[in-house]
Amino acid sequence: MENLYREHILDHYRHPRNQGTLDDADISCELDNPVCGDVVRLDIRLRDGRVSEVRFSGRGCVISMASASMLTEEILGKTVEELKALQDEDMFGMLGITLGPVRAKCGLLPLRVLHEGLDRLEES
Amino acid sequence: MNTKKRLDPIVLKADFPILAREVHGKPLAYLDNAASTQKPQAVIEALDEFYHTHYANIHRGIHTLSEEATAAYEEARDKVAAFIHAPDRRGVIFTRNATEAINLVAYTWGRANVGPGDHIVVTEMEHHSNLVPWQLLAREVGAGLAHVSITDKGRLDLESLDRLLQGPVKLVTFTHVSNVLGTVNPAQEIVARAHAAGARVLVDAAQSAPHLPADVELLDCDFLAFSGHKMCGPTGVGVLYGRPELLEEMPPFLSGGGMIRRVGRAKASWNDLPWKFEAGTPAIAEAVGLGAAMDYLSAVGMEAVWAHEQELATYALERLAEMPGVRVIGPPAAPHLGGERAGVVAFTVESIHPHDLAQALDWEGVAIRAGLHCAQPLHERLGLVATARASFYLYNTREEVDRLVDGIQKAQRLF
Repeated sequence: MENLYREHILDHYRHPRNQGTLDDADISCELDNPVCGDVVRLDIRLRDGRVSEVRFSGRGCVISMASASMLTEEILGKTVEELKALQDEDMFGMLGITLGPVRAKCGLLPLRVLHEGLDRLEES
Repeated sequence: MNTKKRLDPIVLKADFPILAREVHGKPLAYLDNAASTQKPQAVIEALDEFYHTHYANIHRGIHTLSEEATAAYEEARDKVAAFIHAPDRRGVIFTRNATEAINLVAYTWGRANVGPGDHIVVTEMEHHSNLVPWQLLAREVGAGLAHVSITDKGRLDLESLDRLLQGPVKLVTFTHVSNVLGTVNPAQEIVARAHAAGARVLVDAAQSAPHLPADVELLDCDFLAFSGHKMCGPTGVGVLYGRPELLEEMPPFLSGGGMIRRVGRAKASWNDLPWKFEAGTPAIAEAVGLGAAMDYLSAVGMEAVWAHEQELATYALERLAEMPGVRVIGPPAAPHLGGERAGVVAFTVESIHPHDLAQALDWEGVAIRAGLHCAQPLHERLGLVATARASFYLYNTREEVDRLVDGIQKAQRLF
């Protein structure tokens, strides 16, 4: 238990960073996890090719919400190329834990939202 | 009630080797039986013995092992037929699971009998496996799909069924027991009303056949589907029961070896029932294992299993009702209050996501399910994002319900 719900994870869950939405965002993307109904949305504003503002919203378990909160802190100021390079392992690194195959879907949902949003940005 | 044979879960627990293990240093309390059940030693040994001494392909070889394997496989079919009171073994078809059994009906009977403008009636409490095949069928043939509504208490609204039955309904299909609400639907009544309206009926018995005495003659249904793994059997084998006269008329589902009588260069003719619907080498050992599961459950007695689960459900409902912040989903009435309720108890805990609750309980050795339980439309109907679910079987005890309650309290303190 202590392993999974470490204090910094619970802290992000109880005091989410960058929670909310942005109007006129350059990247807006929302995905859900059909197995459990969790939803994560990211709104990102870019300036000079870097993330100048980011907000997340949604609903879900401690792991998915804390991951979203951590991810917003991580990506602030990063370039689009740097965002694209973010891997699952980076997310586990932020969480400080490795998740089993079922629970990984919760922890990686925010990263999937980011990558999907980046794909759509390229297509548009 | 008190004249019936009772079961002792402590004694039965010893029959299931996996239940002796620990999880995170705590004895395992396995309360995820609606997802799948554990296997008794008798089933594990049946698989083992079959592979050790009798295994070969069936219905093909003229050699001793093939004869023995064929006999064992067909004996398993007879055990299934007896278990569900099927009047004719030709109506018992081995499939991969309940999902495949339902798909078999949707793809063969459905495409031959449901046309543009016809209606298929399902309910708001279906598992995705008894909803999506009908969505696909309806879209493909241009039929309508209608949902029997549920009351806010989580029971089927039979007036809504009657209204829907006034339309051109070809099929009514419903779950006998809800895998989320624990509702026991009045199956005989629904079948009778559907038949009176000229519709065929498929009963999804995935959550009922493992838990209460099953009787297809009493139900009078046209089709019945269930999975072996939810009733002490191996994975990979399930059952479709169908009225032989309907199965005779239906085109084949999967095709290939085993299901044919003669094959020419351009066309083939079909084997007799039930083999017409069993293309390719089936799950032979798994079917034999399912037969052993039927023996095991029959020896315990399905009435005793059902009575035990009703007791546990009643106790769980009482305990959960005492807890602040806990909301039980589904019919509130416990059996002794006049409402039948299966041993499936879904609930939410205020301000704790079901995933986190399940994780916290896992740390206490208590295994429950969290999420949508493959019933997304039902959760939407109830305005729920996700739920936690404890589901019981013959080896569960009141003490394990207490551990569930203690674990929830611990999670409430943590989050």
